[in-house]
Amino acid sequence: MNLTAAEVVEIMRLVESSHFEELSLELNGTKLNLRRGGGPVEDSPLQRPRAAALPATPAPRPAPSQQPTKPTTADPSLHEVTAPLLGTFYRAPKPGAPAFVEQGSAVESDTVIGIIEVMKLMNTVRAGVRGTVVEIFSGDGALVEFGETILRIAKSG
Amino acid sequence: MAIRRIFVANRGEIAVRIIRTCRALGIQTVLAASTADRDSLPTRLADRTVCIGPPRPSESYLRVETIVEAARATHCDAIHPGYGFLSERAALAKLCEEEGVIFIGPTAAQIETVGDKLRARSTAQAAQVPVVPGGAVSGIDAAVELAQSIGVPLLVKAVGGGGGRGMKRVDRLEDFPAAMELASAEAGAAFGDARVYLERFIASGRHVEVQVLGDGHGHVIHLGERDCSVQRRYQKLVEETPAPRLPEPLCRALHEAAVRFSEWISYRGAGTVEFLVDREREAFYFLEMNARIQVEHPVTELVTGLDLIAEQIAIASGAGLRLTQSAVHRHGCAIECRVNAEDPANDFRPSPGVVREVSWPEGEGVRVDTHIVTGSRVPPFYDSLMAKIVAYGPDRATALERLRNAISATRVSGISTNLSFHAVALADTEFQAGGMDTGFVARLLERVPPMTEKTRRD
Repeated sequence: MNLTAAEVVEIMRLVESSHFEELSLELNGTKLNLRRGGGPVEDSPLQRPRAAALPATPAPRPAPSQQPTKPTTADPSLHEVTAPLLGTFYRAPKPGAPAFVEQGSAVESDTVIGIIEVMKLMNTVRAGVRGTVVEIFSGDGALVEFGETILRIAKSG
Repeated sequence: MAIRRIFVANRGEIAVRIIRTCRALGIQTVLAASTADRDSLPTRLADRTVCIGPPRPSESYLRVETIVEAARATHCDAIHPGYGFLSERAALAKLCEEEGVIFIGPTAAQIETVGDKLRARSTAQAAQVPVVPGGAVSGIDAAVELAQSIGVPLLVKAVGGGGGRGMKRVDRLEDFPAAMELASAEAGAAFGDARVYLERFIASGRHVEVQVLGDGHGHVIHLGERDCSVQRRYQKLVEETPAPRLPEPLCRALHEAAVRFSEWISYRGAGTVEFLVDREREAFYFLEMNARIQVEHPVTELVTGLDLIAEQIAIASGAGLRLTQSAVHRHGCAIECRVNAEDPANDFRPSPGVVREVSWPEGEGVRVDTHIVTGSRVPPFYDSLMAKIVAYGPDRATALERLRNAISATRVSGISTNLSFHAVALADTEFQAGGMDTGFVARLLERVPPMTEKTRRD
């Protein structure tokens, strides 16, 4: 038997609503590995390097957070949609058209929430989960970096 | 057009190097960084950093569209590609041309011309620049005929190869047809281009290259030569200028040939023309042109007093050449060691990891170009260059002494480095005499006992 996309989504939902961190499933040669909350967390943060170790270089500015992403939340009922690639983010299919989603919009996992343009190539971004949009961070026409949080969804069902 | 903001499409020490000059010139910088480099020194020096993708270069630093999109969206006037990555990809130069972003480098057409070994070779011949006896082949009969006229030993080289890849040495003519077929099949599989060409194998050759600057309108000057004969498997380890014990007329002829080649293609920007110098015949042959800033550019800067990145930016902004050939003066000697995160005790195996403690040397005539500070990470995804330690002196002996002191004063812990190799190489009598051929490192590694690590990996 083969898994359909809908079944995979259903399994993802079950894992997400369970207390398990990971699921490995093997069915007739089909392998599915799921992990909640993306990849493993980076190990211990780097020690801040000392500027004095580099004589020929101007002093580094006091480092602002290098993470371009907005403050993340640990709340498991919230899902963050991050940019799968760097590009220009559009909230609507064309200028003047209504936005794909607004704060309060109900979304399914395959609902398009925006478009990221890279050199005239349009990449659709989907919600990934079923729920309600609670916060939108990226403005229309803004540059989004790889991994940057675009919006946040309160998961349901 | 004035360049006010530059997009730095690179990482590591060259990103630091570019940002340093931009700061001195009052130019703002936006740095591209993969997720693996988000905490690197360059990100702290740049005015802004944008995350362009995951660690793997094919998903970040090698993405032409992403780089141009990021540069455009952050309102940069120009893109500096550094070396490696996209620096010699005509596609980036081309997209920049289409999108109205200045590419700090040659034109896309020039990159294509010098990037194709056969085209570069025929261009050299057209410009009256000597090439290694050999040529393109099509069909086995013509190839055998050419091989006979070149004589053995000879090399079968892939047109799409480079850096020692896609090369077969043939020592007996009867082995040639089989080697030729194999080389062609391998080239097709490895580079997607089955074309090969033949070249005489030069038994005792020196790698000497000439730094040039061109305005893109046919005016070219040279900034002298660099001897890069200290190589291991075609990877340069030590570079110096001037080339020791190179007869003056030969040296002058090299400079003139490099200028002639670059003028022939109206080269724009900073570039390097590489030659193989045949020690036995006192002849030289064109190898290739590198259409970018090179790793070893600091030795040229130390003897000329010029900032090559600043000259690149000036040319890109349309200011042309800011000095004439007669205004280029070279004084003294400079030698550079490439400090790599690799372990000489284990066949120079790459040694990525976290640098627990580092102390770079200081002192008169010593320059260190690096992005490594205490706590820096050497990710496994990129090349292993950690730093370039360069020493200047009014004469070679002084430069060498300063460099040896600098190498022995350097401390790196947490990962392995090739510092012990450099200490041994610089102390070797053959190196001290200068003017060795590219077989030097292989000979050195045979006569010295296996190098033990200076640093400990915990």
